[in-house]
Amino acid sequence: MKAFDYARAADLPDAVGSDAKLIAGGTNLLDLMKLEVETPDALLDINRIGLDLIEPEGDGLRVGALVTNSDCAADARVRKDWPLLSKAILAGASPQLRNKATTGGNLCQRTRCGYFMDNQSPCNKREPGTGCAAQGGFNRIHAILGTSDACIATYPGDMAVALSALDAQVVIAGRSDSRTVRVRDFHVLPGDAPQHENVLQPGEVITGVTLPAPVEGVQIYRKVRDRASYAFALMSVAAVIRMDQGRIAHAQLAFGSLAHKPWHDPRIEELLKGETPTPALFDKAADLLLEDAKGYGANDFKIPLARRTLAAVLAEATGV
Amino acid sequence: MAHTPAARIAVNGTYHDYNGDPRRSLLDFLRLELGMTGTKKGCDHGQCGACTVHVNGRRVNSCLSLAVMHDGDEITTIEGIGMPDKLSALQKAFVEHDGYQCGYCTPGQICSAAAMIEELKADWPSALTEGVASNPVPSDDELRERMSGNLCRCGAYDNIIAAIKDAMGKEVAS
Repeated sequence: MKAFDYARAADLPDAVGSDAKLIAGGTNLLDLMKLEVETPDALLDINRIGLDLIEPEGDGLRVGALVTNSDCAADARVRKDWPLLSKAILAGASPQLRNKATTGGNLCQRTRCGYFMDNQSPCNKREPGTGCAAQGGFNRIHAILGTSDACIATYPGDMAVALSALDAQVVIAGRSDSRTVRVRDFHVLPGDAPQHENVLQPGEVITGVTLPAPVEGVQIYRKVRDRASYAFALMSVAAVIRMDQGRIAHAQLAFGSLAHKPWHDPRIEELLKGETPTPALFDKAADLLLEDAKGYGANDFKIPLARRTLAAVLAEATGV
Repeated sequence: MAHTPAARIAVNGTYHDYNGDPRRSLLDFLRLELGMTGTKKGCDHGQCGACTVHVNGRRVNSCLSLAVMHDGDEITTIEGIGMPDKLSALQKAFVEHDGYQCGYCTPGQICSAAAMIEELKADWPSALTEGVASNPVPSDDELRERMSGNLCRCGAYDNIIAAIKDAMGKEVAS
């Protein structure tokens, strides 16, 4: 690990505008620092600045940036009214990691692309301009949607996929004021600058996530992975589906580990709305999702996998 | 380099001051600075759970945390859970059920299991269940899910689960 200066922030103003790398749970950052993929000159420890409460906000809930994944998943309000979020969090990592990992940090976690993490292969994300070893390499876990010539890495997390389906907002404090960004707009596609993974600007700090008013309906988080527990998703589906008299009255869907960001396509939700659920309808939904899907060899299987997983989730949610 | 703030860390009830290199992980602090080698270094990347300790009562991977970040925290290691002359119920159950082969993952397994039992009492959900308040000794699958952050390369999982269930059952009975 490269040497760095360490300091503790006393409060939020200490952290906002800082040039240092912020550290909270550190479960991803310290791992990458050991690999020297991340080499910050300075770390600012923000664990003592508050932001660790879950509080009502309007008809919704505000989850502080430093609320641990464990506490968020165990919160009685989250479990009752936004069970999708609890389920997604519990589908990820291990109990030990969830006890450290935070809401804000989870949103900022980096990809698990092996070429990004090995610190020697060409990687435009780690070292812009060097190329992408994943294309033509071992790319079984990589993206099939929204990729670019520069990068085919995925956003690997589960929590943000649920937040995307729920249409939660990220609250961000900046030097002059604060702003909110939909989770759906927080992460960005790789384009020609895959080193940028989200819209956070230098000096900005995530202060929390707000969940909108609860949505009625069945909430399902389906994660497909190589092990039954403690493994990243090959793909995941987060779904909120409400039925009314045999028809789909409302649908919110997001997809994990298919792209550089949690994938949300409003056309799928529109397609399903008002329709009688049938396997043919589910297939049409998958057609939309996968319209521009592109496999890179070892991850070709994700295209039929996404189709089948979406159909399975819709069948479960609608009782077909 | 800027001045690094000191950390006063309580380990098994005894305070220790740390003023050293901020790169020192909590795991290396315990093993190399305090000589408490019960906590093991397996992968050093948060994947195996051998380094599991309790921080303020919660199980964490001590390899993925900096010692300097633990100012004011209370750490419990396997040495704090029980020593050979006074084993905890979980430790006795691991011995009785042969909950290991090489034993390297065992301190982490036991620290993890001890915290897991508290999580069950607090009715924390898991990926398998919404809550377990109604079931004081959960199913094998439930325990396996909740212990999935601890790998055993010898594959002693059956005996590890048997040991945990035995210790939990005795606690419920007493």
